[in-house]
Amino acid sequence: MGLQEEIRDFLIESMESLANLDREIVQLEQNPADTRLIASAFRAVHTIKGTSGFFGFETLGALTHVTENVLSQVRDGKRALTPELVSLILSALDEVKALLAAIEATGQEGEDRSAELRVRLEQAASASEIAPVSTTVQVSAEAPPGRKSGFQSLRSKRPPAAATGPEDGGALLTTLPDASPRPFATAAGPETGDAAVTASKGRQEVRVEGAAQLADSTIRVDVGLLNRLMNLVGELVLARNQLLQDASAHSTSLQQTSQRLNLITSELQEGVMKTRMQPIGVVWHKLPRVVRDLAAQCGKKVRIEMDGAETELDKTIIEAIKDPLTHIVRNCCDHGIETPEQRLSLGKRAEGVIQLRAYHEGGVVNIEISDDGAGIDPERLKRKAIEKGILSPEQAAHMSARDALHIIFLPGFSTAAQITSISGRGVGMDVVKSNLEQIGGTVEVMSRTEGGTTIRIKIPLTLAIIPGLVVTLNKDEVGSRAEAAMPADGRRWRPEERFIIPQANLLELVHIPAAEQSRRIENVHGTPVFHHRGKLLPLLYLGRVLGRREQEEPAAGAVNLVVLQVETRKIGLAVDRIWDTQEIVVKPLGRQLKGLSCYVGATIMGDGRPALILDVVGLARLGGLLAQGRPASQGEPAAPAQTARSQKLLLFRAGSFPRVAVPLVLVDRLEEVDAEAIERAAGRTVLHYRGEILPLISLAEMLVPEADPEQVRRGVLQIIVFSDGPRRMGLIVDQIVDIVDEAITVRHRVSAPGILGSAVISGKITDLLDLHALLRATGKDWAGAGPDKPSNPGRVLVVEGRTATREMLQGLLETDGHATAPAETLAEALGKLRSETFDLVITALDLSGEQSAGLQLLQAIRGDVLLGDVPVLALLHPQRGSARNVKPAGLGAFDAHVYQDDRTELLNAVASLVSKRTTAQEVRQ
Amino acid sequence: MMVGPASTCQYVTFRIDHLWLGIEVLKVQEVIRALEMTVVPLAPESVEGLINLRGQIVIAIDTRRSLGLPPAPGDRPSMNIVIHSADSAVSLLVDEIHDVLDVPVDTFAPVPDNMPAKQRSLIGGVYDLESGLLLVLDTERLLEEASCASLPFQTKPASPKQISLQVNSRT
Repeated sequence: MGLQEEIRDFLIESMESLANLDREIVQLEQNPADTRLIASAFRAVHTIKGTSGFFGFETLGALTHVTENVLSQVRDGKRALTPELVSLILSALDEVKALLAAIEATGQEGEDRSAELRVRLEQAASASEIAPVSTTVQVSAEAPPGRKSGFQSLRSKRPPAAATGPEDGGALLTTLPDASPRPFATAAGPETGDAAVTASKGRQEVRVEGAAQLADSTIRVDVGLLNRLMNLVGELVLARNQLLQDASAHSTSLQQTSQRLNLITSELQEGVMKTRMQPIGVVWHKLPRVVRDLAAQCGKKVRIEMDGAETELDKTIIEAIKDPLTHIVRNCCDHGIETPEQRLSLGKRAEGVIQLRAYHEGGVVNIEISDDGAGIDPERLKRKAIEKGILSPEQAAHMSARDALHIIFLPGFSTAAQITSISGRGVGMDVVKSNLEQIGGTVEVMSRTEGGTTIRIKIPLTLAIIPGLVVTLNKDEVGSRAEAAMPADGRRWRPEERFIIPQANLLELVHIPAAEQSRRIENVHGTPVFHHRGKLLPLLYLGRVLGRREQEEPAAGAVNLVVLQVETRKIGLAVDRIWDTQEIVVKPLGRQLKGLSCYVGATIMGDGRPALILDVVGLARLGGLLAQGRPASQGEPAAPAQTARSQKLLLFRAGSFPRVAVPLVLVDRLEEVDAEAIERAAGRTVLHYRGEILPLISLAEMLVPEADPEQVRRGVLQIIVFSDGPRRMGLIVDQIVDIVDEAITVRHRVSAPGILGSAVISGKITDLLDLHALLRATGKDWAGAGPDKPSNPGRVLVVEGRTATREMLQGLLETDGHATAPAETLAEALGKLRSETFDLVITALDLSGEQSAGLQLLQAIRGDVLLGDVPVLALLHPQRGSARNVKPAGLGAFDAHVYQDDRTELLNAVASLVSKRTTAQEVRQ
Repeated sequence: MMVGPASTCQYVTFRIDHLWLGIEVLKVQEVIRALEMTVVPLAPESVEGLINLRGQIVIAIDTRRSLGLPPAPGDRPSMNIVIHSADSAVSLLVDEIHDVLDVPVDTFAPVPDNMPAKQRSLIGGVYDLESGLLLVLDTERLLEEASCASLPFQTKPASPKQISLQVNSRT
């Protein structure tokens, strides 16, 4: 047994609208000029007609069709609404109800008894408006026998149907979700009886008998009352939490009572939450018609399948997803499913299928909308996005197919070739996304290779009580630091501050032991990042973001991280301690705190104290991770043990270069800026940056000169800032990929201007950035802003094993006017020194220990009569030893030493050594 | 228990620092002892924190700070005067609760000019009583100032969505 879900929903909906219709028609009779009522009646009949056609109920379809015709004439003002006509319509509606009751009871329409009624309606419809009186006369003249026979036949047919009615009705009841109040048509029954002709009573009784079975089990409840109940239960949950906490310290009898209270409260909470639950079918049952109409409109054949319509969701959420869901289904119909001809030529069935699926999973409801249409072509999306200027070609080129699919959620995007009445105006999917996000949901799109698209929506079950993770700051400090913080803002410093992170934003929890910190957490010049499952995720310190702490020392013990999903990105949030997950009742913050974007609201914890619920999007924005840079912090990154030739490299992606590396020592900061902030001045792309003008270079444009530099950029740009003392330069790249610590060997030299060569880094071919070329590209700016050119350019030999560093040094010196020559090893350096003349030797060779290459070089130079007086400058690696004051022994023997990352100092030292040397030579001559 | 005809008005009086202040009794919901407070990081400076008032989350205003007075000496618990506000209840932290007084309306006078500007803007007027000068606290103004007080970290960059829309309209 069991009616199909859809038919059941159809019956429920139809009965509901018929109940209204009875009332409305009667009102209409008293107030025939009310166009709103006519339109409403017309719509109701039209809907039943449409859906009955969909389910193949022919009699019902035919009857509603003629009724609709009559109503449409009334609506269009072609005929007056006489009492006779009203009676006729009402008896038609009664017949519709009888048919619906029969369908409910038996699943079939039964015998067609409405033929005569239809004829009369048709006659009424065809009668011209000029002779309304004659029409009514005709109708009323014919009416009595027609009715009589109709009712007689009904009466004679009814008993068997009525006999099966109760059983079927009862069986049906059990399949109905009892928690959802389902209004039924019965309420309007008596009214109809009063207004309609008395003869129709017999039929009504039959109908009411059938429907009453359903109606008795449900009751209409004011949603406001349910909301109040929900709030009270929320309070009860809080009180329970508090009681449980207190009771644990008391007598066993109190504990038992509180345990019982605990169970009852949980059940009550569940029950009250259920009263607000509605099956998602409530929204879905409108979709078949939408699809049907749309398909007809675009000449397609589309079937809609539903699975899991009984999946329940909170009423407020049901309401919120109604429009997004309809929009997605329309999109499937309009864009996804092909025309029957196309489908047949592809070997598919002519009829396309849209499948709706809903199911619970881990406290959220998943809704999937799939179609078996053409699928989404990521390349086409990219082209469109470029055309519309939403993406730059470089960005598009490196977008993964998965990311590309999400282009459809960008504002202003639509791929429909032409704008139809259905879709294509480019407003839609972005609104869908933002609407869903407002209720804490997410949406993702997947395109299958065999064709077809699936859109998956994840939404929370309810909004009022949400699970959240409790985290705290200041786990152990009540003492010195607390007092130290006191005078700063005058507020009393609480030993522990609790915050709640909504579970919906939570991805995972990560504990990084102190020993692993140096390996997993890095500080890229002010932007903390951490390695997580092969990815580099930005890191926020909760204490710092909320202004509770000035500095966070990552080395001070283990770090607890909460990995969060923030919009499309993942971020790590470092907290002092992670507690457990709790059900919390979200309460809004008062007006005075509305402006704070980092909180969603507050809740009351088990101990009775309020705690704030964090808004992770607001938090990330506050922390500068979304569309904002972070100020640099002091201090050097902790130095991991490293081999002599390994160095830290920043890997990024730019233009057609998927992996480019630059030594981290050269990088000043990483920034994210809005494309809007970029300006052009004197023919150059510049950024107003911390009070100065930062020249910008797009690597993609430099490497591929034909790319249009005026091309409008969108969104947030990644910028690597290189600095040399007061001079800075920004490099626009597409994405920062990683930071690696590795020794590199250049395998392949000069592949493109701006690229030194290629090397294998982390198992992948990577291009090495030629900073030298970049410096030249912004030469004017650098010369203009920098210190004066050295008066005495000299010839400098750069002895350094690491290619990238060496070439970078050469670039730097050459920009400053010096001539340079490279040497990789001690032997090569000595060879070059003996064959050529140099004014200065710079070495970054290892200096640790007596036998180190650096000292050997120095001794070899000093030991050679011819070379003896060439000054030697030692470059210290900033990462060798975290403290600057620990200097290698034997450093004093060098003419000067400079830290490698201190470029101003380096250039000054070079200039002074070179000028000393040339002056000495002049004196000698 | 109105004492006279319409010529008197009832005030809840209290003390903050050296000031003797009053709030019309009808605006006051209740007076309670100090409750445990949850600090709200980044909140406007006049917001002291959140308290749990029988299941309701109530914002506590540091009235001292609003009036431009120095922080209370020591860690003496303050009293809460819970008042009705537009959307919810708000608690004002005060040093000490005094009596509820029937004040003759005819003793009302405008705010003295020599009062500090920050205080003058929040005081609706004064009653020159025998027991001293009672300042009438303008609670609406106080709450208004608390809510639009400068938020120290309120940097709200335009969302990416807005940006691309702007660009759209230009091209």
